[in-house]
Amino acid sequence: MLDSILFYFFGGIAVIGAALMVTSRNAIHSAVFLITTLLATAGIFLQLGAEFLFIAQIILYVGGIMVLFIFVIMLVRLDVALHHIRFRMKNLVVTIVIAVLGAEAGAIIYYARKLPGQGLFIQNVAPASNLTPNSEKLAQSLFTNYLLPFEIASVLLLVAMVGAVVMAKNKKRSEDS
Amino acid sequence: MGNTLQDDALPNNNTLLGADELVLNMGPQHPSTHGVLRVKLKLDGERVRGTECVIGYLHRGVEKIAENRTYQQFAPYVDRMDYVAAVSNGLGYCEAVEKLLNVEAPPRARVIRTILTELQRIASHLVWLGTHALDIGALTPLFYCMREREEILKIFEKYCGARLTTHAFRIGGLQYEAYDGFEKDVERFCLDFERRIQEYVDLLTGNSIWIGRTRNVGILNAADCIALGASGPILRAAGVKWDLRKAQPYAAYDQYKFEIPVGTNGDTYDRYMVRIEEMRQSRLICLQAIEKIPEGAIMGKVGKVIKPPAGEVYHSIEAPKGILGYYIVSDGGTQPYRVRIRPPSFINLQALDKMVRGHLVADVVAIIGTLDIVLGEVDR
Amino acid sequence: MNPTLHAILVFLQTWWVELTCGVVIVAVVPLVAGYVVLVERKLMADMQARLGPMRVGPHGLLQPIADAVKLLIKEDIIPDEADKFIFWLAPVISMVAALTSMGAIAFGPSFQVARDINIGILFVLGVSSLGFLGIILGGWASNSHYSILGALRSTAQLVSYETAGGLAIISGLLLSGTLSISGIVAAQEKHHVWFIFLAPVAAFIYLAASIAETNRAPFDLPEAESELVAGYMTEYSGFRWALYFLGEYANMIVVGSVATTLFLGGWLRPFPNVHWLNWLDFLPALIIALIGVYSIYRAGKQPVKIQTGFMWAVALACFAVAFVFAAPWLIQLLHKFGLAGSLSLDFVIPGLNGAFWFLLKVSAYIYVFMWLRFTLPRYRFDQLMHLGWYILIPLAIVNVFAVGVAMLLEANGLNRWLAMILTLIVVLASAIFLVRWHDRRTESASTASLAPDSYAG
Repeated sequence: MLDSILFYFFGGIAVIGAALMVTSRNAIHSAVFLITTLLATAGIFLQLGAEFLFIAQIILYVGGIMVLFIFVIMLVRLDVALHHIRFRMKNLVVTIVIAVLGAEAGAIIYYARKLPGQGLFIQNVAPASNLTPNSEKLAQSLFTNYLLPFEIASVLLLVAMVGAVVMAKNKKRSEDS
Repeated sequence: MGNTLQDDALPNNNTLLGADELVLNMGPQHPSTHGVLRVKLKLDGERVRGTECVIGYLHRGVEKIAENRTYQQFAPYVDRMDYVAAVSNGLGYCEAVEKLLNVEAPPRARVIRTILTELQRIASHLVWLGTHALDIGALTPLFYCMREREEILKIFEKYCGARLTTHAFRIGGLQYEAYDGFEKDVERFCLDFERRIQEYVDLLTGNSIWIGRTRNVGILNAADCIALGASGPILRAAGVKWDLRKAQPYAAYDQYKFEIPVGTNGDTYDRYMVRIEEMRQSRLICLQAIEKIPEGAIMGKVGKVIKPPAGEVYHSIEAPKGILGYYIVSDGGTQPYRVRIRPPSFINLQALDKMVRGHLVADVVAIIGTLDIVLGEVDR
Repeated sequence: MNPTLHAILVFLQTWWVELTCGVVIVAVVPLVAGYVVLVERKLMADMQARLGPMRVGPHGLLQPIADAVKLLIKEDIIPDEADKFIFWLAPVISMVAALTSMGAIAFGPSFQVARDINIGILFVLGVSSLGFLGIILGGWASNSHYSILGALRSTAQLVSYETAGGLAIISGLLLSGTLSISGIVAAQEKHHVWFIFLAPVAAFIYLAASIAETNRAPFDLPEAESELVAGYMTEYSGFRWALYFLGEYANMIVVGSVATTLFLGGWLRPFPNVHWLNWLDFLPALIIALIGVYSIYRAGKQPVKIQTGFMWAVALACFAVAFVFAAPWLIQLLHKFGLAGSLSLDFVIPGLNGAFWFLLKVSAYIYVFMWLRFTLPRYRFDQLMHLGWYILIPLAIVNVFAVGVAMLLEANGLNRWLAMILTLIVVLASAIFLVRWHDRRTESASTASLAPDSYAG
């Protein structure tokens, strides 16, 4: 019962936050609503017993990526820039996207009714304390089974960082001279 | 001097990234300009490309007032110029008028004048140290310096009744005799002071953050100093061993043994070291002086009405901030025809533009502090 | 009865401790932060040969209350062009992040709001990093060029030093093997030694990083008063500013708690496993009782009657607290003499001693913060960033390697202390190398940056 209440609470905040983010006129407001959506999603992760994912969402997504978003919005003065952008096919694209998403949602609900147990409404939720600790399992599999993808991802991140620094330095040097 | 800057415009917002040159105004009211000084900084990103100082906020027309006062009446006005070191101003003025009158203050007066002036030098440097350290972020030295300065101001108060604008000297000598216990007070202060200087040195001199903030910041080499006319600790930190107390001795300075501290680099750190060492040397002078203060009169042969013969005189002394000079023209009357004051802070301030070029904005505060300016003297 | 009412009552029964703790944190921590401010002002005054706040209340003890009331009744000024929603939101985010991260901290073996989160330290780290959003949004919402610059600078500093601090924490986590707070303290008990002795370099890196995290001197350029860019807090006045300020001090408590948990042994007393030092368990009660005795001694010397009464009240409070601390032994004593046979140890609060040691260590850590603030001058911003990226982060990475190697050597049979000293030598050598390299680089950089135009002549 508590689980359901919490789930609908987090889910509701996520949906409302997303809706406000899409419809808000101010870029920073959109960013803040995206942050609320992400935090609500993190709450749902926690409910599912994936606590590492929960904290990774908060540290990386909210604390890192969203801060970067806000930096860019501030530095590039997106509020000013957005006035110059003219995108004619906006309404058409929005209609198509909503139609597709609605069809998907309808299909899910329809087939959930038809094939019970494979759809939306979960009958018995396993308490999270029954699950093994998430961080340890994640670490074990990351460093034994998935070591190569992990290393490749690290190298990719390193390349991205070094590339960003090099690009910024070159630009500065060309500006100075 | 600095290029003519645009009027202080708002930051340029036309481009998306706003990376143009910026004129930043460090307004007349600012915690770190040590008075009402307005500095317009021309910035390129973080680096300063030039400055323009706007002064005059404290101009009171002192030199003009002098033309309408008698020589004795003008003496309290000079205290208000460098109000942090009032006694030095008085010494310069009184000696200049004595030169004009061709009168010498008696030996006892000269020695007491020397003691009080050296104490005032210590007090002025203490204010400089406290505020300079505070600007750079060290919160504590200010209170320690004020604690020591309190002792000096108590001596002044016992001597002439005032702490800050003392009007301690008179033309021809002194008005007040040294009070009972004057030597004891000065001796007690000087004996205690060495330990206190060591406290400041311990806090700041070896501190890597302090060194990082002051080394190679605001370099003014010897050639530039001489070209700009900078004097005092700024000149000595650049390596030029020029101190009027040794070069053209006045008061009783030729009787005492003291060193002139000289720096090598001409940066803020060297100016800090020079001033600390100057405090030590002043302390030594005081200790030597109180050992034997000659007996005798304290006032020379000066009448009640001072009418110096027509002529002109220029007399300069080594004030704590630099070379303080008085150029007095007399037309034979009781009021001077013209008094022109050479304020050290005014001339040192001109070096600001040269010193801040290429530095970061955060260094400007340190550089203004190291110049040790007093706006009362800059503006008169 | 009504099923929903029943459900609500069951909920309250299971979670009443956590709810109460949550309420206590939100209500009490701002007050505690206010008194930490008072302690800082008194300490600053003591180190500067003066007295500090003395007027409001006896020896200034009501100063935080007076400040809070003043800030609450101030006019709420919002800049004209400011974004009202974000302007309201930013200090709230800052405060909420600080308070929430306190929920995961264990002040004693049984004092923890969120019991036994198995990602305890990570939770504290992550949620306190949400505070950065408060800073950057606050700077933007003020709609002033200088506030935005100050906020960006501050955030850049915080992000850089968070990396260094996180790497330092990893060294501690390597030694403990678990992320949960009680697990880390249990690991220190198992190793018989606080982790600061096993990974001292990590502890000092974390000290430096946490000072920069909380924007304290010597890293407080973004919010210093004598600098030109006045920082993200300029346009905030009244209680909004108070929220930022209290959030900063609450953050200090959080950071101190993380350091205590990881490096200083959490709620363990010094030498937890040494049996002949078991008398140290009596120290909390003894210390508080001694403070009470000292208060009685001072009460006789007070000039005014109300101050005498105040000192007696303090003494009584100390004795009451000391009694609560000493309750287990007193009851055992009474049991031994056969008195009070029905009194059981059930109502004695377990782990109170641990809470005392924990708070003592956090206070010592915060004392070091304040001590450094009053002694050291301020770093310039580029020097600050240089210190973080060129010295602390490489050193922290080397330290992680070193701790890992030391653990490997210990697992393969080498004596633990020998392994630690060997790797410590390596880390210290790299630290010296980094600092020398940094000095040489700043020498050459500053001489290169001087403008070559000569003014003479």
